[in-house]
Amino acid sequence: MDKVTRLVSEKGIVIFSKSSCCMCYAVIILFKELGVKPLVHEIDEDPEGREIEKALMRLGCNAPVPAVFIGGTLVGSTNEVMSLHLKGSLTPLLQPYKSP
Amino acid sequence: MNSPSAQFVTSRRIGVYDPIHQIGMWGENFKSNSNLNASASLIVEDVKLDSQSQDASHGTEGPSNQYDQEATKPTDKVQRRLAQNREAARKSRLRKKAYVQQLETSRLKLIQLEQELERARQQGLYIGGGLDAGHLGFSGTVNSGITTFEMEYGHWMEEQNRQICDLRNALNAHITDIELRMLVESGMNHYFELFRMKATATKADVFYMMSGMWKTSAERFFLWIGGVRPSQLLKVLGPQLNPMTKQQSLDVLNLEHSCQQAEDALSQGMERLQQTLADTVAAGQLSEGSCNRQMTNAMEKLEALRTFVGQADHVRKETLQQMLHILTIRQAARGLLALGEYFQRLRALSSLWATRPREPA
Repeated sequence: MDKVTRLVSEKGIVIFSKSSCCMCYAVIILFKELGVKPLVHEIDEDPEGREIEKALMRLGCNAPVPAVFIGGTLVGSTNEVMSLHLKGSLTPLLQPYKSP
Repeated sequence: MNSPSAQFVTSRRIGVYDPIHQIGMWGENFKSNSNLNASASLIVEDVKLDSQSQDASHGTEGPSNQYDQEATKPTDKVQRRLAQNREAARKSRLRKKAYVQQLETSRLKLIQLEQELERARQQGLYIGGGLDAGHLGFSGTVNSGITTFEMEYGHWMEEQNRQICDLRNALNAHITDIELRMLVESGMNHYFELFRMKATATKADVFYMMSGMWKTSAERFFLWIGGVRPSQLLKVLGPQLNPMTKQQSLDVLNLEHSCQQAEDALSQGMERLQQTLADTVAAGQLSEGSCNRQMTNAMEKLEALRTFVGQADHVRKETLQQMLHILTIRQAARGLLALGEYFQRLRALSSLWATRPREPA
């Protein structure tokens, strides 16, 4: 979907979220803890939210949110983020985007 | 329990003294107790007794009718009524006797069950969660998903104890790395099996999982989102792994760090969930059966709880798997043994606590 593609190319780290989703909040907290400032797009506050949700599901996400994109590429949802981090693979991915 | 009632209906006699009503009086307590099937059949026999004796009393009425032919008609009726009275009273006494007998049997069974429970508790296995009101649904029916989980957990625990013994023996006997690898893989798979069981049980009742009801009391003291803290796993494993290479030490340190961060993030997510649920409940007029927006919101929050329990288990599993990648087989074996023994000791502590001498009231 165009809007999704546009948003994920806007910033290095983009997280699609819903304002009511506490798991999304947990993932965002994790990223902040890792020293980066992701662009958080609350799809329930977006008039095109439904479309975005469908697009995310089409990309293969089980749950539409949270959906994490790094460098324009879909990393995955909470499961994938947690696995990557415990393997030690998340931090290197974030390195280019860390705030000095 | 339904068939006896049907038989009540078919053998029903409409008379001045309604035996069915009297059976109802003694049978009131049986309705909610599905174990007392014996009692149901006894009641049925009582009903049959009814039909037979009523026929008998009709038979005896014949001659007395003839005898009373010269007597006034009211006396006739009175005699008949008195006979029926005696008969009903006799049957009532019989039913009472049967009912008391069934109460005695149930009482004995209850004592037996309580003893079994106490024995199981002392062995460090908490089976009592099933009797807690917490996991009886609102309709009062037992949640079969949870009952299954508790049963499977019992078996899981037996297997766990066996595996810990095997590991201990293997490490003492200095077996080959290949044989040790098999034990380690069994151990890991066994933990993964537990996570699978928990995932199924979480679908059945997330609050049961959140309360850690299948665990012993000391284990529950350390509960974090339906299980052990991943960081706690690493703290128990850590001292067992020395000596480690420099690279291993670094990897373990990184894993400890990542694990703590993941744990903190999930903890904060949970806090937010609690807060938003509290706000939702405080804001609206929640009532059972009400379909207003606040109720829907609150229900969604509770659904989210399931995601958190699942995610916490995912972090536990990934932490264990990562440890396995970092360690040698011998280190992993020592680590698994240490982990197993740690929880065994925690369970033993729970038993000790449960059976400690109480202070006089």
